[in-house]
Amino acid sequence: MLFSPKPMHIPDGFLGFPVSLLFWFISIVVIGIALRKTSKQLGEREIPLMGVLAAAIFAGQMLNFSVTGGTSGHLLGAALATILMGPWAAVLIMTSVVSVQAILFQDGGIIALGSNLFNMAVVGVFVSSAVFSLVKKLFKNERTGLFIGGGLAAWTSIFIASLSCALQLALSGTSPANLAVPAMGAIHALIGIGEAVITVGALSFIYAARKDLLKPDIAQEGQSKSVLIGGGLLTLILIVLSPLASSHPDGLEWVAEQKGFLENARGSLYSLIPDYVMPGISNEAVATIIAAIIGAAIVFVIGFGVARAQKKSAQ
Amino acid sequence: MEELYRDKQSIIHQADPRVKIIFTLVLLICINVTPSGAWPAYLLFLTSLFSLILLSQLGLRFILTRSLISIPFVLAAIPLVFTGPDPFTQFFKIGELPIVISQPGFVRFVSIAIKSWISILAAILLSTTTSFPLLLSAFRSLGIPKVFVSILGLMWRYLFLIIDEVSRLMRARASRSAAAIGNNHSGGSVFWRGEVTGKMAGNLLLRSLERSDRVYAAMCSRGYNGEPLQINKKSIKKPEVLFLAGAIVTLTLILLLGFFTQA
Repeated sequence: MLFSPKPMHIPDGFLGFPVSLLFWFISIVVIGIALRKTSKQLGEREIPLMGVLAAAIFAGQMLNFSVTGGTSGHLLGAALATILMGPWAAVLIMTSVVSVQAILFQDGGIIALGSNLFNMAVVGVFVSSAVFSLVKKLFKNERTGLFIGGGLAAWTSIFIASLSCALQLALSGTSPANLAVPAMGAIHALIGIGEAVITVGALSFIYAARKDLLKPDIAQEGQSKSVLIGGGLLTLILIVLSPLASSHPDGLEWVAEQKGFLENARGSLYSLIPDYVMPGISNEAVATIIAAIIGAAIVFVIGFGVARAQKKSAQ
Repeated sequence: MEELYRDKQSIIHQADPRVKIIFTLVLLICINVTPSGAWPAYLLFLTSLFSLILLSQLGLRFILTRSLISIPFVLAAIPLVFTGPDPFTQFFKIGELPIVISQPGFVRFVSIAIKSWISILAAILLSTTTSFPLLLSAFRSLGIPKVFVSILGLMWRYLFLIIDEVSRLMRARASRSAAAIGNNHSGGSVFWRGEVTGKMAGNLLLRSLERSDRVYAAMCSRGYNGEPLQINKKSIKKPEVLFLAGAIVTLTLILLLGFFTQA
């Protein structure tokens, strides 16, 4: 069986050094917290459980189905691991998977590993955790909530992680934001559908065979408020930043230049191209952002309301 | 899928894994920090790396084929050629439409491609000359938390077993899914096929959960009490320390040269 590289793993050389350092730092902090929390939750079972499940997710990424022509749908597994094991354990599982891919199979770089860990093990897991627990509360029926929540969590985690990947590339001056963000976003909006279908299929199998594993109290044991808030914030920030960056690519370059992120920043290399500024666009970006914030707020309020109502009726 | 490690008796294989890890990290950082367009520096990085590859007796062909793995990602940097800053040059014409490329953008694109290729060669050299258990114990003595190293170790122990399980699942699916000639898929709609794949993934996860229970029971019955085994520490030999110091100085000099010669 051939090992094929996957689109979201950034190789070395594509990210600026300060960008790499920044995301290494963030990822190490989050992984450190995850190590502490899972040790507390699982005790001495942690090592065999995390090790075997990481191997399973790694191997499970080889499962594919033909879509059309030569393309095929794959599993990445962040959402599935989160729903099954809770967010902190999932962070560890995805960290192991992404690290081994980088160290042993050169799928993703070593200096860039911090950013890849941030996209797949931190953003992927936190976003699926937040989306899953919000959406699940919207449905009275446990089964519907599980499947719709799982599917949405899988799609959103892939989509938001790809936005984060595109922004890192743009911040490093490798890919202009106005191309990288829509391109990565569009490709992964499609890849995310495959992920969602596989995740729902897996959940339906586990629901039929070992329903006890999906009981809310077990899945949410590690579901602390900080993960929910963190996942929600990450989603919001990336949704806000992406249209902003892609309609003001110069803005991001300006940041990059100011912070010395661009290696070429010393010259006038990234001087603005004349008559590039288009008057209508700033409003457009603001409109997109406001729409995104309102949308997210509505979802949050509905979720909160439904959860409240259900708690009251249960009492 | 196969392991990349190639068992040979070369001087690179026998070197202390800690030395190899630190060297690779320093090399990768230097390449990463080198500004774009510093062609002489790239050439020096490449020659020093190639001399190590030759010493490792691995065969250039194997390493070069493997190093092509990051090629698809170069797509991400191609837009630089067209959207980069002034000055622009006309490249060629399609009918009336002139195709212009940005010179600095082109330099940056080529630099990114070269840097990424050298980095991948360095990473391949590390993982083909050091077996994973050795890498793990080196990580441990370089300060990566014990629990995390143990998780990686166990993952490695079961990875190929579970990959075999995935192959069996896929073979079972293939043997039950006859397709007409010229039709690249069998079965129902795309969503149906995706759902079947999902059920295979669910199956795999359940089996692995149960396997982890058995592994844990087996570990307990052999006296496991939550503490991973300690690795005996050897100190790095003196010639290797000298080599490492020399290498770091050389790499830093190449990096400095890179800053002076950038295009």
